[in-house]
Amino acid sequence: MQVTIKVFRYNPEKDKKPGYKTYKLDAIETDRVLDLLEKVKGYQDGTLSFRRSCAHGICGSDAMRINGFNRLACKTLVRDTGAKITVEPILGLKVIKDLIVDMEPFFENFRSVMPYFVNDEPEPAQERYQSPAERERFDDTTKCILCACCTTSYPSFWANDKYLGPAAIVTAHRFIFDSRDRAAAERLKILNDVFGIHRCHTIFNCTLACPREIQVTKAIGEVKMALVTGKLD
Amino acid sequence: MKTHQFEVIVVGAGGAGLMAGLYASKTAKTAVISKLYPTRSHTGTAQGGIGAALASEEEDHPEWHTFDSVKGSDYLGDQDAIEFMCEEAIPAIYELEHMGLPFDRTPDGKISQRPFGGHTNNITGKPVRRACHAADRTGHMILQTLYQQCIKNNVTFYDEFQVVDLLMVNPQTTGVSGATAGVVAIELASGEMHVFHAKAVIFATGGHGRIWEITSNAYSFTGDGPAITMRRGLPLEDMEFFQFHPTGIYKLGILITEGVRGEGGILINGQGERFMEKYAPTVKDLASRDVISRAIYLEIREGRGVNGQNYVYLDVRPESVNKYAALDGRKNLDGTPFVVTGEQILAKLPDIVDFCRVYLGVDPLTQPMPIQPTAHYAMGGIPTNMYGEAIKDEKNSLVPGLYAAGEVACVSVHGANRLGTNSLVDLVVFGKYAGLRAAEFAKGASYQPLPPDPAEFAHAQFDQFLTSDGTENAFDIAREMKKVMFDDMGIFRSGKGMQNALKKVRELQARFKHVRVADSGKIFNMELINAWELGNLLDLAEVTTVSAIARTESRGGHSREDYPDRDDKKWLKHTMAYLRPNGKIDLKYKPVVITKYEPKVRTY
Repeated sequence: MQVTIKVFRYNPEKDKKPGYKTYKLDAIETDRVLDLLEKVKGYQDGTLSFRRSCAHGICGSDAMRINGFNRLACKTLVRDTGAKITVEPILGLKVIKDLIVDMEPFFENFRSVMPYFVNDEPEPAQERYQSPAERERFDDTTKCILCACCTTSYPSFWANDKYLGPAAIVTAHRFIFDSRDRAAAERLKILNDVFGIHRCHTIFNCTLACPREIQVTKAIGEVKMALVTGKLD
Repeated sequence: MKTHQFEVIVVGAGGAGLMAGLYASKTAKTAVISKLYPTRSHTGTAQGGIGAALASEEEDHPEWHTFDSVKGSDYLGDQDAIEFMCEEAIPAIYELEHMGLPFDRTPDGKISQRPFGGHTNNITGKPVRRACHAADRTGHMILQTLYQQCIKNNVTFYDEFQVVDLLMVNPQTTGVSGATAGVVAIELASGEMHVFHAKAVIFATGGHGRIWEITSNAYSFTGDGPAITMRRGLPLEDMEFFQFHPTGIYKLGILITEGVRGEGGILINGQGERFMEKYAPTVKDLASRDVISRAIYLEIREGRGVNGQNYVYLDVRPESVNKYAALDGRKNLDGTPFVVTGEQILAKLPDIVDFCRVYLGVDPLTQPMPIQPTAHYAMGGIPTNMYGEAIKDEKNSLVPGLYAAGEVACVSVHGANRLGTNSLVDLVVFGKYAGLRAAEFAKGASYQPLPPDPAEFAHAQFDQFLTSDGTENAFDIAREMKKVMFDDMGIFRSGKGMQNALKKVRELQARFKHVRVADSGKIFNMELINAWELGNLLDLAEVTTVSAIARTESRGGHSREDYPDRDDKKWLKHTMAYLRPNGKIDLKYKPVVITKYEPKVRTY
């Protein structure tokens, strides 16, 4: 089949303002949007720039707006998009070139929630024990690949990138509900900030955007509940 | 051009690089440079598990892990290094757990372990539970956990900096033989060259599977580290040994973990037969990867692919798993028969189920998965000793200040064929030791002088893409390289086929000189970077093929139809390939370290 892919283009060294370019190419239903971008880059326009690495939805490099929805280009097939495809950078982060955005504000938010395990008690000679149920408690949020699909689908983040956004809260959730961790109170304090969790209006954009199918809104709800009740159960 | 100074520079931010960065930064001024944002690294795609003889639920010993790895390596692995790795694996797993890594748990709350290919109880010969796992995203959890610890410990990062050259001191001018002086890198966001003046450099840049058409490897796996060190005259060890993982998604090559078979999945040919019974009567579908990939290839070649196509099925439907588990008499640890439900399979292998649904439109809980072998892992690479110290000749002389760890390195612990789970063990153990040794070296060393124009060689390599005549297309060259390497340098090889591959690769290297990039900009000029990466792949394809042609035997991942047997008399030795200044590849050899295990016939 022939597909038409309309791509957001902006080269800061040449273009006064961004625009779109449309490319036509042959594709099959199981082609990934990333495959199409690679083909365009290889044979039609080598200057087209985007990030990619693993190409199967694990590394989180290629988050883009595909036909208006935040998706990974490597996990979106022509079968799902149809023959007319529009590809744009994710919103709320400054466009550097074409589909490449400045991810630093996103990672800054990630770093601000103490995204690491804290337990200063003496380490046992072997593992710290954890029951399967305790491990299951935070399983869903360990899947996060930091692709930013959720955070950049979040209207408050478009308005102000200081708002933590769902990905940072998901990361905090992964540690807050880990029975071995000891810094839940500190993280909850950070999330309780004016730029924190209360900006969530439960519109489910983030959950729909997550390529890992993390129940983001549910995780945020659990963190909110922990803030209200002071309990982690 | 900006110049920075760090005592230790780590190149690459996957598992090995992050571990090295964590350890080196404890005592030395350290920076980690990576062409990707660290969490994009390929360690994150490792699925099934990390091996260690913890004996969480059944008897196991590091000695068994050692023997299994020696046998898996087809006796080409250095036994002192393998023994060291398998012993160090145990504290390494506990260290990861103490860093917060969310391993799956046994009912008692210990780290859960699953069976994996080639890992056995050395008394019964049956599979042993040795692979510690976090569902089927173990690598993801290792990468995230190590990066989180780097944030906690304020490790310095230069993200999206492409390292393009290694700076070494000219022995004629300083008397210090080939000592390390730093690296040159391009900042992707600005296109500027940066010089990182360093006392010690650790390469942890991963593998180069993008040489082959069907591969599980990321786009970024372009062998930058070995290409850089080879151009600086350092040898590459055992490059002819590249692992084809038996179960990649048909046509796409995306990895389907061996953990599927650890959880009871079986391989079925087009005639509905469980063919591994023929090839590995004892462990069947849990034989070593090289053995299974060859079996799949032979089944397909003899017309027993599915629907006459180049694939077979991997079947993890609960009814199939339970049927074959009953036939095998497989039991749970408490002696009850092994029975699984679809729900349990989904819980243990959620990403596999997701990949199949997304890319194939196949639900593995109700349909078998079409799979074919996929280029997966470089056993060869930059030669090191068991502390990550780089080696420059057949006498194991060290390169002062140079280190390598992870897939880029050849210790050699994987020999001719790596066991599943041992890549993650390798990167954690040797990443740590490379970091420790580099920091220790830096404390006792001074900075070597930088050359007058440190970026000269880097500029020369990049300028060609902006000034050539542009009569060739880089994508065509890449496509043709991948195809010939998959056809003639794949699972089975022959002298004739490999000569054809070599001829083609050299023709492509010549054509590559005519590639010109359309993008002349500085900011995120990915076309320029990708062109340079392709040059790395071509050079490594050449050294791989030259090393393979010379080895007239079959061993592990190197299987020759014209020399079908292992020849320990002639070939129980490591290849050391050098790129000489005249462009020729020169092969030398060094002995394998044998300590406790004399080579014997390898059956599963």
